[in-house]
Amino acid sequence: MNDQSAMVELEQVSFGYGSRKILHNISLRIPRGKVVAIMGGSGCGKTTILRLIGGQVKPTSGRVLVDNQSVEELNAQKLFLLRRKMGMLFQMGALFTDQTVFENVAFQMREHTDLPEDLIRNLVLMKLHAVGLRGAHHLMPSELSGGMARRVALARCIALDPELILYDEPFAGLDPISLGVIGQLIRRFNDALGATSIVVTHDIKESLKIVDYVYMIADGTVIAEGTPADIQMSDHPFLAQFVNGKADGPVPFHYPAPDYASHLLGAER
Amino acid sequence: MKTILQGVEFIGRQVTDRLILLGAICRFLISILLMSAMCLRRPWLVVREVYFIGVLSLLIIVVSGLFVGLVLGLQMYDTLERFGSGDGVGMVVALALVRELGPVLSALLFSSRAGSAVTAEIGLMKATEQLNALEMMAIQPLARVIAPRFWAGVISLPLLNVIFCALGVFGGYLVAVQLLGVDAGTFWSQMQNAVDFRQDVVNGIIKSVIFAVAVSLIAVYEGYSAVATAEGVSRATTRTVVVSALVVLALDFVLTAFMFRGF
Repeated sequence: MNDQSAMVELEQVSFGYGSRKILHNISLRIPRGKVVAIMGGSGCGKTTILRLIGGQVKPTSGRVLVDNQSVEELNAQKLFLLRRKMGMLFQMGALFTDQTVFENVAFQMREHTDLPEDLIRNLVLMKLHAVGLRGAHHLMPSELSGGMARRVALARCIALDPELILYDEPFAGLDPISLGVIGQLIRRFNDALGATSIVVTHDIKESLKIVDYVYMIADGTVIAEGTPADIQMSDHPFLAQFVNGKADGPVPFHYPAPDYASHLLGAER
Repeated sequence: MKTILQGVEFIGRQVTDRLILLGAICRFLISILLMSAMCLRRPWLVVREVYFIGVLSLLIIVVSGLFVGLVLGLQMYDTLERFGSGDGVGMVVALALVRELGPVLSALLFSSRAGSAVTAEIGLMKATEQLNALEMMAIQPLARVIAPRFWAGVISLPLLNVIFCALGVFGGYLVAVQLLGVDAGTFWSQMQNAVDFRQDVVNGIIKSVIFAVAVSLIAVYEGYSAVATAEGVSRATTRTVVVSALVVLALDFVLTAFMFRGF
């Protein structure tokens, strides 16, 4: 894994909102051309890693390198230039609800390029064809099913052929068919565009099928990493709980609470 | 002693909270102004919002203006007639409208019709990560979403105010001349003599521009700073209407004191 140059590197990064610490001294390396999954339970700081990579939040300590640039040191203008190389798929799709599917995909082309309108039209139809929704170009986002909206968002996120694609929970809330479709598209786009993809997810089954490497996050730090085969073979107690979906284990079922009996008897409120 | 201290602390916190909020809103206004270049480069962004914010508010402004004029005509004629000066109804209706009722009522209606819609729209864009998505696409939400809506509000409200006043005067004319039989010539000439263009009409429009800045700023600020949940957006929308109303009324008192009493 170390023989390729890294598209994204996190070096000893810590981050927190106020006194709430989310990431502790986390280090990751995402090589160019690979699809890497960042996995972990809800609220473990996975999405925060994407926000750090996108420069939407700054680390309290450590460095975030994207394409050999230190994200936290960039001024607004340079950060925006860097973001033009990125595409991000948001958990809820984040489609612009006042625009049609076509306009959503065309949005970045119209904002960032001077391409003539008939070329934009062809490009948009090609992107939509790639996600299988060319026929839905005239629909509004409110007329789409969850899976279709996710695919439109995917088409929009690759509109300008990004070098780095960030996926925030791409599998959340999808039916089994859409799940498979999105998984295949993530893999296919990465290879076709020669891009690098980071998939933040807790869907272990679907993501292990398509990724090259996995980082497991718990309590704001990397607890395991390896290829999908390594992860499936691992006997790490957290992984065993995570992979098999057990209710209790290293990740406790109960939120921290006072002693049950004394709580019921009213000793504490 | 403890309760007194707590009381002082409470008042102090309330005051500093308000001051911090005022500072935040002023900084927000400055950022909008600095980010307004895109509105000049691509005026269609503003024109589109003027349609949603201004043109779609026309119905409520037209109907309200007409009815306020009708009622004013009836009430004023009745009172003035007791002193034998029912002919002056045109003058009173016009002065009341262009100086006070037009700017204030159009601003209140505008904040409840368009301000609340802008807040809800921006708040929902935030809640559904659309503003986040814009940022990740290297597009400033302040320039692309907030500034066009702000400027559309600033352009629309003074125009709506003028329409409100015109319809109000027409309503007064309908009641006084057509219904109560005041002479049309007297109605218009008394109005023309009493209403000064610079002192009354221009001051009314200046008021309206100031209200437009205040109401539009409150609407976009509340939307942009809304907590990104259903409850947060609903609270922000309510706050837009309530805060706009209070600010408009307070500003109106101050402006009237300066403009028409010459403090």
